[in-house]
Amino acid sequence: MDRVKDLASKKAAVIFTKSSCCRCHSIKALFYDLGASPSIHEVDHDPDMERALRRLGCNPSVPAVFVGGKYIGSAKDIISLHLDGSLKKKLIDARAIWF
Amino acid sequence: MPSFVTQIPPISSSNGTEGNTSQSSRVLNFGAPEQSLEFRAGVYNSTSLTNQAAHSDLQFGIYEKMLQGQNRSNQVSNSGGNREAWLDSNMANGSPHTDTSNEMDADDRIQNYDMDPSDPFIASGSGDRHREKFPEQKTLRRLAQNREAARKSRLRKKAYVQQLENSRLKLTQLEQEVQRARKQGVVISNSGDQSQPNGGNGSLAFVAEYSRWLEEQSKHITELRTAVTAHKSDGELRSLVETAASHFNDIFRLKRTAAKADVFHIIYGMWTSPAERCFMWIGGFRSSELLKLLVSHLEPLTEQQLASIDHLQQTSLQAEEALSQGMDALQQSLAETLASDAPVVPAGSSGMANYMGQMAMAMGKLGSLENFLRQADHLREKTLQQMHTILTTRQSARALLAINDYFSRLRALSTLWLARPQE
Repeated sequence: MDRVKDLASKKAAVIFTKSSCCRCHSIKALFYDLGASPSIHEVDHDPDMERALRRLGCNPSVPAVFVGGKYIGSAKDIISLHLDGSLKKKLIDARAIWF
Repeated sequence: MPSFVTQIPPISSSNGTEGNTSQSSRVLNFGAPEQSLEFRAGVYNSTSLTNQAAHSDLQFGIYEKMLQGQNRSNQVSNSGGNREAWLDSNMANGSPHTDTSNEMDADDRIQNYDMDPSDPFIASGSGDRHREKFPEQKTLRRLAQNREAARKSRLRKKAYVQQLENSRLKLTQLEQEVQRARKQGVVISNSGDQSQPNGGNGSLAFVAEYSRWLEEQSKHITELRTAVTAHKSDGELRSLVETAASHFNDIFRLKRTAAKADVFHIIYGMWTSPAERCFMWIGGFRSSELLKLLVSHLEPLTEQQLASIDHLQQTSLQAEEALSQGMDALQQSLAETLASDAPVVPAGSSGMANYMGQMAMAMGKLGSLENFLRQADHLREKTLQQMHTILTTRQSARALLAINDYFSRLRALSTLWLARPQE
C-alpha cells in the first residue's frame, strides 16, 4: 500500500499496468496522445503490488491511473473523464501537461 | 306398296329396338316422363336387366362426354337427331352390346321419353319396354349422379391446383427474402443448416431485439419529427428528445448482453447492414465522425457551442485512437501467443500441455475483446451525452433526427445494393 502511494506521488501521472492487459495499452496510448508522459509500472510479477492496488479500491486492479498522487480511476473512468474534459483539467492542475 | 309394313319400325323386340322405336317422333308423346318412371319402377324385377344396365352405364360413360355438347343444344328441339348421331357413333365403335336402348343419352331420354298410356304402341309393348326402360331409370339416376360427382371432382381439383400455385408463388417470394436477409448477414436459422455458426441462440435473440429496437426508434423519431416541423415549444420537445435519446441508448445495453453470448457477432457488426458495417469501428459508429457530420445540421451554433463541439470531437477522436491502439496490441499479442514456439509451461511438460497452455492464454486474450467493445460503446454513449449538454433542446432534436436519417440511408443503400441486378 505504501509502496503504491509512494510510487504514485513520484510523478504527476502514474499508471500501474500489466503487459498482458490491452486496456492498459489503450490508456497508455491516450496519455501519450495528450502529451502527458506518465510513469508506467508493470505489476505482472508483483502480486503484492496488485493486492495493494485492490485494497486501495482499484477495480479492476489495472490499469490504475494516479494523477497528482490521487487515484482517478480505471480505463472506463478515464474515458468518461476525458470526454467531459475533466481529465485534461486534472492533468493541467497536476502539471502533467500545459495545455 | 309392300314396303309400308317395313316403314313402321318394330316395337316389341327386347333387344336393341327401343331406340328405333322412340326414334319415330310420331309414336312418342313428349309428355310426362315422371309417370312412366314410377310405373316402370313398380313392375321391374329381373336382375339380368340390371346387369345390362350396369354394363351400359360403363359404356354410357364413354359416350356421355361425346354427347354432352350436342345434347345441351338439342335437348328440347330435336332429340331425334341426337339419337341418330349417337346410334351412328355407337355402331361405328362396334359395341358388342346389342341393347342399345340403355346407352342412349339419359338427358335425351328423360326429356323426350313418351309415357302416354293411351298410346297404342306403348300399351302393347309395355311389358318389354318396362323391363327395358326400367333399368334405364336406375341407370339414369346413377349416370346423373356420376356426372354430378365428376363435375364436383373437377371443381375441387381446380381449386386445389389454384391453391398450390399460390403457395408456390409465396414460397418463392419468401425464399428470395431469406436470401436477401442472409446476404445482409442476418442469421436465419435453417433446420440442419450449420453453415453459419453464429453462437446460436444469443445472436438470434439479438437480431430479433435489434429489429424491434429499430421499429421503436422509428416511432420515436417520427414523433420527434412531427413535433419539430410543427414548431412545438421547447418544453414539449424536451420530453420527446429525452425519450428518443434514452431509447437510443438502449441499444448499447442490448449489445452488452448480446456480446456476452457472442462477442464476434457484435463486434464485427454482423447484425448491421453491409453499408453500415463498412464504416464500423469496434462494433459501432465512430463518435468523432458522427459529430463531424452533425455540425452542418445543427447550425446556427454559437461560438461557444462550436468550440465545445470541436473540442468534444477531438477528445472523442483521441479516445478512439487509444482504443484502436489497444485493439492492435491485442491482435499482436494474440498472434504472438498462437505463433509462439517457446514452451509457455515449465520445461518437462508434454507437447499437449504446451498447446493447451497456449490456447488458454489465447482464450484469455480473446476475452478482452468483450471489454474493448464495452469501452467503445461507452465512448459512444458518453460522447452523445456530452453533445446533448452542449446543444439546445431544439438542436438536440435536430441532431437525433439527423443521426437517424443518416443510418436509415445507410441501411437503404445496403438494401438497394443487394437488390441490384447482377449478371
